[in-house]
Amino acid sequence: MTALTIPAGMPQYDDKPRFDVERVRADFPILGREVNGHPLVYLDSGNTSQKPRQVIDAVARYYAEHNANVARSVHTLGTESTEAYEGARAKVAAFIGAPSVDEVVFTKNATESLNLVAHAFGPHARDERFRLGPGDEIVISEMEHHSNIVPWQLLCERTGATLRWFGLTETGRLDESNLEELVNERTKIVSIVHMSNVLGTVNATSRITARVREVGALLMLDCSQSVPHLPMDVVDYDVDFIAFTGHKMLAPTGIGVLWGRGELLNAMPPFLGGGSMIETVKMGGSTYAPAPARFEAGTPPIAQAVGLGAAIDYLTGIGMDAIAWHDKELTAYALDALDTVPGLRIYGPRVPVGRGATISFTLDGIHPHDVGQVLDSLGVQVRVGHHCAKPICDRFSVPALTRASFYLYTTTDEVDALVRGLDQVRKVFA
Amino acid sequence: MQLDQLYQEIILDHYKRPKGRGLREPFAADVHHVNPTCGDEITLRVALDGETISDISYDGQGCSISQASASVLFELLNGRKVDDALAVHAAFVELMGGKGQVEPDEEVLGDAVAFAGVAKYPARVKCALLSWMALKDAVAQAVALEKEEV
Ligand SMILES: Cc1ncc(COP(=O)(O)O)c(C=O)c1O
Repeated sequence: MTALTIPAGMPQYDDKPRFDVERVRADFPILGREVNGHPLVYLDSGNTSQKPRQVIDAVARYYAEHNANVARSVHTLGTESTEAYEGARAKVAAFIGAPSVDEVVFTKNATESLNLVAHAFGPHARDERFRLGPGDEIVISEMEHHSNIVPWQLLCERTGATLRWFGLTETGRLDESNLEELVNERTKIVSIVHMSNVLGTVNATSRITARVREVGALLMLDCSQSVPHLPMDVVDYDVDFIAFTGHKMLAPTGIGVLWGRGELLNAMPPFLGGGSMIETVKMGGSTYAPAPARFEAGTPPIAQAVGLGAAIDYLTGIGMDAIAWHDKELTAYALDALDTVPGLRIYGPRVPVGRGATISFTLDGIHPHDVGQVLDSLGVQVRVGHHCAKPICDRFSVPALTRASFYLYTTTDEVDALVRGLDQVRKVFA
Repeated sequence: MQLDQLYQEIILDHYKRPKGRGLREPFAADVHHVNPTCGDEITLRVALDGETISDISYDGQGCSISQASASVLFELLNGRKVDDALAVHAAFVELMGGKGQVEPDEEVLGDAVAFAGVAKYPARVKCALLSWMALKDAVAQAVALEKEEV
């Protein structure tokens, strides 16, 4: 057998964009703290990301210098606040390649964005594309987060429509073998995850998109895990809606995004009723503002939107291509490193292709809670449990999983700390 | 953190060699409890003989804390009078709710004193309580049935 040697530094990848991880880490104050007497090793970014100084400062500065309500004041502070809020919307639009800023709806999280779209469907919808009743079908997949399952189940309960789903292959990829049958003339919408929060799988969507277009259905992608990690262009992807959530992409909690084609958004009924979403209100009835205001009833999360804008500036400054490449190298490293742990089984793709920087696994005979507890005692923060995606656990017949998820500030040293920690776990439960 | 405070030898022992595990007949009540945040589950049965709990049988899946706790529960409460068992139950619940401030009484709690350390970990208290809550539920059902039959 001849040994294949890849030269140090892998020069074939020299042209890939890179950034200095240590410099990035210096921007995240929390990464300097200790947990249980050990340096923090934060491997739970898929759950929520940490925040850089730039985002924390932007939120503080907004409150310290500009704070007022938006879209309803003539005074200076009100104008500045409105500009800051709308400025954040423009940043989001540019970040995802939205043709118009009016297609960006601020919500409180991805969950609300998904519910908002599900809510537009019903037996009395004015627009035929949203009219839904018995005989109609909605398609999701077995790798969805609960927030892309339950809203559709509730919708089917209300309307008598049928919920169907893509299964998963043994390696944790979407099983598209029955695509033609599954997505058919009865299908009204296909709503699937872009990147799985458990398996790490990044779904290739083009075949599905083509089929969805063929049957005249709508397509929604849950991009909660992908938008923080991969370049996204909604026109290139040819989707109808995407949902994502600010707190997983360096922004504060309490701010999410629904992007939808403008023409579709304006064909949808309002979601919540209240101030700011109306055109005019009379006691006999009201008319509604066009999108995005139609879907933003009440005082919105203004400071959080400003924080999201700052997060997008930060991510763009580093470059989404560079972040995606960092994720890929780190994932390749981690897959190899975890492979050395006896009794460890990875759920999801075992190659760093078509997957993101999220790895779920089990350790033979040791429950994930116990794994997570011992790791915590060493400062290593991982998530354990069913990760709000119980059907995945059922699919692979495991009660729970341990998950390590990385981001732009994660280092190979931290992966090593995880692997050392797992050795410790095995000692405790030997 | 003192990991060995949490994972005391007694707990690891019960986890590796659980007592009384497996579902048995006859039984008066059969309950299934889950911990929705983590998916741990237990099925637990009790049989009564008059005032006495004549058998507690169980099966389930979960972390070392939840599984060891079921084994300790079996050892402590099987064969006891219902009232005594409920008194021990109350002491255990108090210990678990005590955030580590409650001094456990070994006379009453036996091996269950080993769970004193768990009370300091809010995320794990529910694991320790899973089988105990199932037991309370099952006993209440069994007692109610017995009253109906009399
Ligand atoms: C794939 C996926 N979808 C949706 C969500 C829901 O995000 P949020 O809780 O911010 O609404 C998450 C977050 O855990 C996720 O990972």
